[in-house]
Amino acid sequence: MSVDRLTDVGGAELAHTPQLEEATEVQPGTGPYKLAWRRLRRNKGALFFGGVFLLIVVLCLLAPVYASDIAHTGPNDNHITEQIIINGKPTYVVNTIGLPIGPTWTSKFFLGADPNGRDEAVRLLYGGRNSLEVGAVAMLLTMIFAVIFGVLAGYARGWVDGTITRGLDVIWAYPVYILGVALGVSLAVGGLGPIHGNSLLVPAFVIGFVYIPYVAKPVRGQVLGLREREFVDAARVMGLSHWKIMITEILPNLASTIIVFIPLILANAILLEAGLSFLGAGVQPPNPSWGTMISDGVRDIPEAFHLVLVPGLMLVLAVLSINVFGDGVRDALDPRAKVRVSR
Amino acid sequence: MAEQPLLQVEDLRVSFNTEEGLVQAVDRASFSVRRGEVLAIVGESGSGKSVSVMTLIGLTRGPNARFEGRAIFEGRDLVSASEGELRKVRGAGIAMVFQDPMSSLDPVYRIGDQIVEQIRAHESGVSKAQALDRAVELMERVGIPRARERIRSYPHEFSGGMRQRVMIAMALSNAPKLLIADEPTTALDVTIQAQILDELRQLRDQTGAGIILVTHDLGVVADIADRIVVMYAGRVVEQGTLDEIFYDPQHPYTWGLLGSITRIDRDRSERLPAIPGLPPSLLAPPQGCHFRPRCPHAFERCTQVPELISRLADAPDHLDRCWLSVEEKRTLRQVGDQIGLATGETVIS
Amino acid sequence: MARFAIRRFIAAAAVLFVISVLTFLIFQVIPNGDPAARIGGQHANAQTIAQIRKTWGFDQPVYVQYLRTMKQIFTGQVVSYSQGVNVLDSIRQGLPATISLAVGAGIIWLSLGVLFGVITAINAGKFTDKSLTVLAFVGVSCPPFFLGALAIYYLGYKAGIIPLGGYVSFTTSPWQWFTHLIAPWLVLSVLFIGIYSRVLRSTILDTENEDYVRTARAKGLSERQVMRRHILRNSLIPIISLWGLDFAQVIGGGAILTETVFNLHGVGQFAAYSIQALDVPPVLVVTMLTAFFVVLFGAIVDIFYAVLDPRIRLSV
Repeated sequence: MSVDRLTDVGGAELAHTPQLEEATEVQPGTGPYKLAWRRLRRNKGALFFGGVFLLIVVLCLLAPVYASDIAHTGPNDNHITEQIIINGKPTYVVNTIGLPIGPTWTSKFFLGADPNGRDEAVRLLYGGRNSLEVGAVAMLLTMIFAVIFGVLAGYARGWVDGTITRGLDVIWAYPVYILGVALGVSLAVGGLGPIHGNSLLVPAFVIGFVYIPYVAKPVRGQVLGLREREFVDAARVMGLSHWKIMITEILPNLASTIIVFIPLILANAILLEAGLSFLGAGVQPPNPSWGTMISDGVRDIPEAFHLVLVPGLMLVLAVLSINVFGDGVRDALDPRAKVRVSR
Repeated sequence: MAEQPLLQVEDLRVSFNTEEGLVQAVDRASFSVRRGEVLAIVGESGSGKSVSVMTLIGLTRGPNARFEGRAIFEGRDLVSASEGELRKVRGAGIAMVFQDPMSSLDPVYRIGDQIVEQIRAHESGVSKAQALDRAVELMERVGIPRARERIRSYPHEFSGGMRQRVMIAMALSNAPKLLIADEPTTALDVTIQAQILDELRQLRDQTGAGIILVTHDLGVVADIADRIVVMYAGRVVEQGTLDEIFYDPQHPYTWGLLGSITRIDRDRSERLPAIPGLPPSLLAPPQGCHFRPRCPHAFERCTQVPELISRLADAPDHLDRCWLSVEEKRTLRQVGDQIGLATGETVIS
Repeated sequence: MARFAIRRFIAAAAVLFVISVLTFLIFQVIPNGDPAARIGGQHANAQTIAQIRKTWGFDQPVYVQYLRTMKQIFTGQVVSYSQGVNVLDSIRQGLPATISLAVGAGIIWLSLGVLFGVITAINAGKFTDKSLTVLAFVGVSCPPFFLGALAIYYLGYKAGIIPLGGYVSFTTSPWQWFTHLIAPWLVLSVLFIGIYSRVLRSTILDTENEDYVRTARAKGLSERQVMRRHILRNSLIPIISLWGLDFAQVIGGGAILTETVFNLHGVGQFAAYSIQALDVPPVLVVTMLTAFFVVLFGAIVDIFYAVLDPRIRLSV
């Protein structure tokens, strides 16, 4: 399943660019970003979820600390033949028919173990690190290249635009998952230039690459419009070169669009990574990621369902938090006034 | 005048509860319109002029809006009328033309269909064919050539001036008694503006309809208005006939407006006089007279809200909200040999 | 209008061509192991491998291989590397499942998406809106494989309400066909419903502030007439085009995750297996199939869009 165009969870298709408010008579001199920031601060829901996401990030970054000081085990350390004390009784981590223990809610095996005897909580945090890292790098790649291509195409028009747009169309015509899995699998085996196939950068590149047209096309659309505005003519008359105009005039006007896209792409990138890893085309073993953990867990339904529930809930919580926060940011930048005060 | 006015607005107040606080958009506006009369409501953005007229047909109603006062039309109060009652009035008894004809017409329907829609909203028995015929007549009446063909066109296939004529034709489709035109010419260029104003004048002459013209352009006002209401920051600050306002203005804001009209006979080396400062925020308006912070003639009494009354013995219908005495006004408004607002030290108490 | 349509279709064909070339290249040019060795299996010796290479034509230059494969595809003779079966047959076997999934889910998500979109827009700011919005957010944040796993575990194992996966064709047993598909339908739709309802809500709220809606009210139309004739008419246009493209993707096998989790053995799952086995011909065919549908529906949607919105017709 794939989403053919990235639609902002909170609103219209992202060809509609956020309209920054004009300076009102409220307080002359308050810039639109300051107003947006104030509006965001008032949005308790968005702030709460922003905090939740931050918490998740911090926890995952602290994975090594958790592993060494609390759980006393690494993400790939097998304890398959060991026993631990639960409620005073020594129990096998993985019993004789291969069934691992469920959550113990103590410092060891807090969330249970997997069929290899590995500590699920430790793997969750390490997996989170990987999933978030891949998502973040992918998002950065997408944003950087999409903006570059979008601005070039929208500004230069002509054959430059034509080529770039055709290229974007081709990538865009592939269903996201088919392209992702195809590239993910090929590159995982063969690597990408100097980068080894096992590296996290491979799924990051794949995901980043796949999403480029979803951002580049709206950016290009916006640039096409901006280009016709008078301030561009004014800049030309002042003698600014095309490059300078792109950087100093066009780019700042794209800022709010870019700000809105960032959480959206991040959320989708994390979801795509999970999906690709689930299919075996993303993060490669033994590196954990939430997607691979769910995939492993699905194989063991129904006996050890905690193996699916734990990474799954974490994944949903992380993505939900980004989505709600991102929606709050979008609302702050582009308020839809329900009241029409006189002009 | 013995005749009952078409529309009588008394003490209209409109406020909105926004996320930043309470905005008093209209504060005790009272005015009336008679048959065949053109009333111009003049003011800057934020003065409350658009909100006032849109409230008359209930277009500002919403969960955050509060209304007080009355607007009597054909014996019924519009402010407290139900949606059902208002709907019968909208587009029939009172019709409205808006500022931007480009966006005021639905882009996916043909022009003819949109006019027909209005006709059939009020007369369900009319067949589509009959309604289309009427639409053609209306379009011809407002001067659209080849009307029979053009009823099949879409809005984007018309020029701005033509679109505004279509809006007027649409507004006329049910022979309204009162036409409200909210900045009808602002989005058009000057030559078209003259034509549109002609249309409005003809309309008044032919049907005897009353017209409320909302605008910020005094040139337009001088051309067509019979009576004028000047609004500032939600309040009516002056009200009178065309001659009274232009030749004997009583409020400093009006002086400022008149003084800032570009004139051919003015010495060109002078800077164009503008009223210094900005209109106040309606969230936290100044105490007393709203114009006080920008008024070079303000004094202590201005911290009390001036009443809207006539201070001229011989012009009981010429109302204003200024504490200055009539003599002081007549002196202070002379800037050189024109009427204007002296740009001196602004006294803010 | 006709010229517009023709141009779109020509552009579509060009895109299809480029896609077929690209897909081919992804698997051939990127170093990823020797297909001949893979076909030969683990114990093949160098001679067998060379033989395989010759039979399958792996020793030919890339463009010759490409042309051969394309010819095979168009004559229906494509054979997969790993299993030696005719790809088109495999796809044909998987089609009923994929089509059933796509059509059922498509209808569900369009109707529920529009329904919730309108409800939340009309009740904007009230409790109904807030709660449905929360649901929408959760729906968008849940990947289908997780939802699917949850459904299979709680509704399948624990409650026994639904079967544990697999597909039963309609002709075998309509009831079984239904029970096997109801969970996949809902799981696949959840995401789209979340998105569509939010998009429609936002579009409706935007459209409500449009000047022409204000004009419509000023004309004396009732709220229902205004909503139906002006607001919805304008707001549904982007939704319909979104739907066309999403539907195309799902039909072409883009519902990989849902099909895999529920073991439906549809085109998507087939594609996933083939990709993991680095098996070029099936992947090529599936990708082209999907791209074909996407491009086809894309062109249809564009034309439809021009019918619905007269401004588009002139600006092309």
